[in-house]
Amino acid sequence: MESKHVHEQIAAMRQSFFNEEVLNKNFSQLEQLEGKDNPNFVEEVFTMYLRDSIAFLETIEEAMKTIPIDSIKVDSILHQLKGSSASVGANKVLKEVNKTRQVLGKGNLERTKASILELRKEYDSFKAKLEPYFQLKQANSMAQEK
Amino acid sequence: MNVSSVKGSMSISSSTSTWKAGDTISDQFPAGLRVLVVDDDPTCLMILEKMLIACLYKVTKCNRAETALSKLRENKNGYDIVLSDVHMPDMDGFKLLEHIGLEMDLPVIMMSADDGKQVVMKGVTHGACDYLIKPVRIEALKNIWQHVVRKRKNEWKEFEQSGSVEEGDRQPKQSDDADYSSSANEGNWKGSKKRKDEEEETDERDDTSTLKKPRVVWSVELHQQFVAAVNQLGIDKAVPKKILELMNVPGLTRENVASHLQKYRLYLRRLSGVSQHQSNLSTIISAQDPTFGSLSSLSGLDLQTLAATGQLPAQSLARLQAAGLGRATAKSGIPITLVDQRNIFSFENPKLRFGEGQQQHMTNKQQVNLLHGIPTTMEPKQLVSLRHAAQSIGNMNMQVPPHGAQNSQNNPLLMQMGQQQQQSRGQILVDSTINHAPRLSSSMGQPILSNGIATNVSSRNGIPENIRAPGYSQTPSMLNFPVNHASELPGNSFALGSTPGVSILTSKGAFQEDVNSEIKGSGGLMPSYDVFNDLNQHKPQSWELQNVGMAFDTSQHSNSLQGNLDLTQSALGQQGFSSGQMNGHNRSAAVANKAMFSTGDVKELGSAQNVNQHLNNLLVDNTIRVKSERVCDTSPANIFPDHFGQDDLMSALLKQQESVASSENEFDFDGYSMNNIPV
Repeated sequence: MESKHVHEQIAAMRQSFFNEEVLNKNFSQLEQLEGKDNPNFVEEVFTMYLRDSIAFLETIEEAMKTIPIDSIKVDSILHQLKGSSASVGANKVLKEVNKTRQVLGKGNLERTKASILELRKEYDSFKAKLEPYFQLKQANSMAQEK
Repeated sequence: MNVSSVKGSMSISSSTSTWKAGDTISDQFPAGLRVLVVDDDPTCLMILEKMLIACLYKVTKCNRAETALSKLRENKNGYDIVLSDVHMPDMDGFKLLEHIGLEMDLPVIMMSADDGKQVVMKGVTHGACDYLIKPVRIEALKNIWQHVVRKRKNEWKEFEQSGSVEEGDRQPKQSDDADYSSSANEGNWKGSKKRKDEEEETDERDDTSTLKKPRVVWSVELHQQFVAAVNQLGIDKAVPKKILELMNVPGLTRENVASHLQKYRLYLRRLSGVSQHQSNLSTIISAQDPTFGSLSSLSGLDLQTLAATGQLPAQSLARLQAAGLGRATAKSGIPITLVDQRNIFSFENPKLRFGEGQQQHMTNKQQVNLLHGIPTTMEPKQLVSLRHAAQSIGNMNMQVPPHGAQNSQNNPLLMQMGQQQQQSRGQILVDSTINHAPRLSSSMGQPILSNGIATNVSSRNGIPENIRAPGYSQTPSMLNFPVNHASELPGNSFALGSTPGVSILTSKGAFQEDVNSEIKGSGGLMPSYDVFNDLNQHKPQSWELQNVGMAFDTSQHSNSLQGNLDLTQSALGQQGFSSGQMNGHNRSAAVANKAMFSTGDVKELGSAQNVNQHLNNLLVDNTIRVKSERVCDTSPANIFPDHFGQDDLMSALLKQQESVASSENEFDFDGYSMNNIPV
């Protein structure tokens, strides 16, 4: 009952992510990897991802403040962010990363800065959505265990 | 064959890999495939690991390239395939790819979020088996085992090609192999078996070759002819059919040429990749012109054979190769330096070899020399292109020292292993090789050999690992396996210079294996590409018999080989290792032949059997080799004779070289190695 309700809630949340394209099919792949042995696999991955990407973003933001801007370094970090975002299925974040890389590649600093801001926003939004989802899941599974 | 059984048990048990346990695993193949995944991003690494586990693979993860390399080095046979990210902070993924290719010859799959054409192309040119775009799907990972099987199969193929192993001869081997395979890789076996079948059917050569004709061993001469033909046609336009026509070698089939060409191309690619490193070497090599002159004619192949035949070969081969390479490119000027080096080597090598630390130096030298002396597979014409490679090789050799750490490690190991015995052997070998000078023109070779030998001797023990050194210095390894140290590698010179040493470390004590392995390594170097592969491919089964036969047969055609053989024999005889050595040589020769020479060298080695073994070992697979080597651990001296599987080879070899005696030992490895082709 309650758990059922929570279940539904979780499912709905999850579906909305896909609908909004916040997540893509790679996320489903991760879910498939989850099993009895590692029930929290996806959450662990996401925790790691969120932690690392925030570090990346902060490094990028710092790098953008220096003069002259080390665009190679920034691109390298963006590249990494691209890989990890793609692997976890963070769709919108990935798109922003790609956009930023493109703009950076063209050498347009202002646009790049603006793009990075967008990227950051997207990331924050992503985090804000996924964290409660996992929390709910966690609470639910604990409740079920009881 | 008793060999097989022995081997089976030995090999399988020895080492490392999961495949050992093999017998049971084979059914589950590709489950249990040992994957090493390298990625600096922890998120990706975690996901990949999970996916790979879901595929039932055995996963080891690293987040740094250096860590990955050291893991690979310390456990050469411990992995079947490597997955590496392109973008890594401490080392470029392609660089890692090169290292692995040279040192361990494992299949490597690159991954990246980048899907740009350039990057993918870079992966191809650096020798990656595959390139995956991130995010990596689990479906893509489910199939990575195919690369392992393919590689093994290719190695086998070479093997087969070199010898007439096909069926008849192979049978005993097959059974042996079967033993192994069952344990190890079903997949591999199937692959190889299938291949065999196919070959039998399609390869007209088989029919002929199975008879007296040993499998096609790419001797130095043959290889030279090949290279000449390719050059004439132009590397881009060279098609097997035309090459075959140009070469006009009776009994050579288009398939032989085709597979050899494939290897050759890979080899060239690799060389160009590492050429930067080797620039140093190349110069040295070129300096050796005069020496090369004689050598060059030999072209890598000769060297290989020489190397294969005896101790000399390995080294000389390396030198020759180096020389060959060098010559082609530089011819001028440097020759002298090379020569000098050679001289230096001659004395120093023996000494240096043993002296661990020194070896490093020597190795460099040796390496250089090796390259010179070893025209090896690289024909003069090719040399030009190779020059690049040579340079890279040179670098490699040079690099070896840096890797040298490995070498030094090897050396000590080697030294430890058979130190005494080996040393004496090495000494003997050295002496003998020197005497043989005529063979390779050997002056070059000799020093190398001596080094190699010396090192090999000691390193024999450790050699098993050498085998790993894919392709590189054939020469050194051939003879001396033990010499994995960098110095030995020179033969391998191409590749890895450094790694060869590493391989030696395995020092199993099974000299033979080492020898083989080395030989392989060295022999293989040259070819680093194809020859070696071929040798490897032909692997064990065919090897043994074929190599042996080939080895013996070739003796005629490659003087050097004979000389070497003699040397090896005599040298070996003295020690008791000799048999082993011989084996080693044979093996190495075999290996070398396969790898590098593949053609004649093996024959010469009388110990061809051994060589075969080695070759088998080498070719079969680094992992396998190592295994075999492990098997040999039993006792250096004993190892040789006991080698299993080698019966076939041995008999063949024995015919030619009764003195070789020890070749048996080598077979043990071979037997093993061949079978080892685990996944």
